[in-house]
Amino acid sequence: MEIILLIFTFVLAAFLGFELIQKVPSQLHTPLMSGSNAISGITVVGAIISTGAAQSVFGTVIGVLALIAATVNVVGGYLVTDRMLAMFKKKSS
Amino acid sequence: MDFVNFAYIIASVLFIFGIKMLGSASTARRGNQISALGMLIALVVTLFDRNVLGYGWIAVGLAIGAGIGFFLAKKVEMTGMPELVALFNGLGGLASVFVGWAEFDRIKKLGWEEYLDGGPAGPTFILIAIFFAVLIGGITFTGSIVAYLKLSGKMGGSPTQFAGQKLVNAGLLAVALILGIVFVVTSQSLLGGVFVAAILVCLLLGVMGVLPIGGGDMPVVIALLNSLSGLAASAAGFVILNNVLIVAGCLVGASGVILTFIMCKAMNRTLGNVLFGGFGAAAGGSQQAVEGEMKAVSAQDAFYVLEAAQSVVFIPGYGMAVAQAQHAVKELAAILEDNGADVKFAIHPVAGRMPGHMNVLLAEADVPYEQLAEMDDVNPILGSTDVAFIIGANDVVNPAACDDETSPIYGMPIINAHEAKTVYCLKRGQGAGFSGLVNTLFFRPNTRMIYGDAKETITSLVAEFKD
Repeated sequence: MEIILLIFTFVLAAFLGFELIQKVPSQLHTPLMSGSNAISGITVVGAIISTGAAQSVFGTVIGVLALIAATVNVVGGYLVTDRMLAMFKKKSS
Repeated sequence: MDFVNFAYIIASVLFIFGIKMLGSASTARRGNQISALGMLIALVVTLFDRNVLGYGWIAVGLAIGAGIGFFLAKKVEMTGMPELVALFNGLGGLASVFVGWAEFDRIKKLGWEEYLDGGPAGPTFILIAIFFAVLIGGITFTGSIVAYLKLSGKMGGSPTQFAGQKLVNAGLLAVALILGIVFVVTSQSLLGGVFVAAILVCLLLGVMGVLPIGGGDMPVVIALLNSLSGLAASAAGFVILNNVLIVAGCLVGASGVILTFIMCKAMNRTLGNVLFGGFGAAAGGSQQAVEGEMKAVSAQDAFYVLEAAQSVVFIPGYGMAVAQAQHAVKELAAILEDNGADVKFAIHPVAGRMPGHMNVLLAEADVPYEQLAEMDDVNPILGSTDVAFIIGANDVVNPAACDDETSPIYGMPIINAHEAKTVYCLKRGQGAGFSGLVNTLFFRPNTRMIYGDAKETITSLVAEFKD
């Protein structure tokens, strides 16, 4: 039963994603992309679990590599988006 | 456990609000911060997950990743934004591959019974999810790396093509899928060799998929890879049966798809044509005869016309990013405005190498918001404009898109620069644009070419005004 709920969640999230982005002005496309890119770094959650639950040295190594890649994605993505949007902001004020 | 899932719901809500707020200039920065807060919450509560046994290596991974991310985000130039976003996309994909792999390793060590632990999913479902995480993540990773190399100029931006390329790529995809099927149906044996082979084929597929796509089509490719990195995260979420990965990944996947189609529409091409058309490589042979000649003038000649102009429309393109000319352009625009001219910046949706690329550069240079105009707003007034000033844009102002039915870009919406009384084109050399097409605009009687580095040209124009 729970599997079907996960798929249900996935489908609803897809429609929500389509709706949210429909009317974004083109000037914001770059920050939107890098900002949503940072969100895709949510794999960091999976990487934490994989690392913390690893059953072998190999598993730990792979987990830590996943964690590094995802954390770069998250931290870098949010910071660079913020840097861009700071420039947009000072302009509109 | 319940408290962890509850926190995941809060994180998901924050992501949704964050994306929503990114859609408007006044709320975008706050939106990004809200989404970052959601990420922080998701990350912290995951440390309490019942499967997590030790924290040492987690701390190491987080510290290294945060350090690298911080460094990259602080040091990047705004002109280097497209390649950085490509790189981050790729790392997101790579993370999904490794999560899939690490989970596979855990299954092997624990055995199915202990791994599943009475959970809702069976071996088949888990392995399908692992395969998709590795397939999508792998393609995203190597595809993004190729895009990164092309965008940063470490590799030629032109399409790399060879005979039978589509066949090879289709074959690779088929091999990947067959390996995936074998991997899933032999779920009890957990064939590590098949799994690793599948990973390698997926990685190769990403390289082969992006190689034939030219630099000018990168806005579409980056948007698509952005979407895939989200879907890869979602697939990883199905592996570990984690709601927040599924929701967040899917939101990104869906938003990336929308952006992809916006970009395709702006080029009047289908996604299939962008991905498989090998646009540009084939165009070289069928060059239409162009009447007229290209007339080069000096910056000084342009100065006299600009000084008398009542209205000037700047049309920036990738060349402005390459020359890092945005600050000089802004200075020239300010001088012209003081001089009594009406100044606008016309921005084509696919100008540059990523969606919204020009807006970021002009924002960095502090160009006033009121001066920015989208293509549809500026086209009606170009006919009465004194000077169209083109800085390193090419295909987005090529009139062949309107009047030459044989042109490969026929039908693509362009900025009608050719309608202005005088057109100045700043260009490095006489070469064609990324598509290899002749730009008939350059041969029009009202067009003047100014060759050389765009930044130097504009700086010398500014100097002329100051004298």
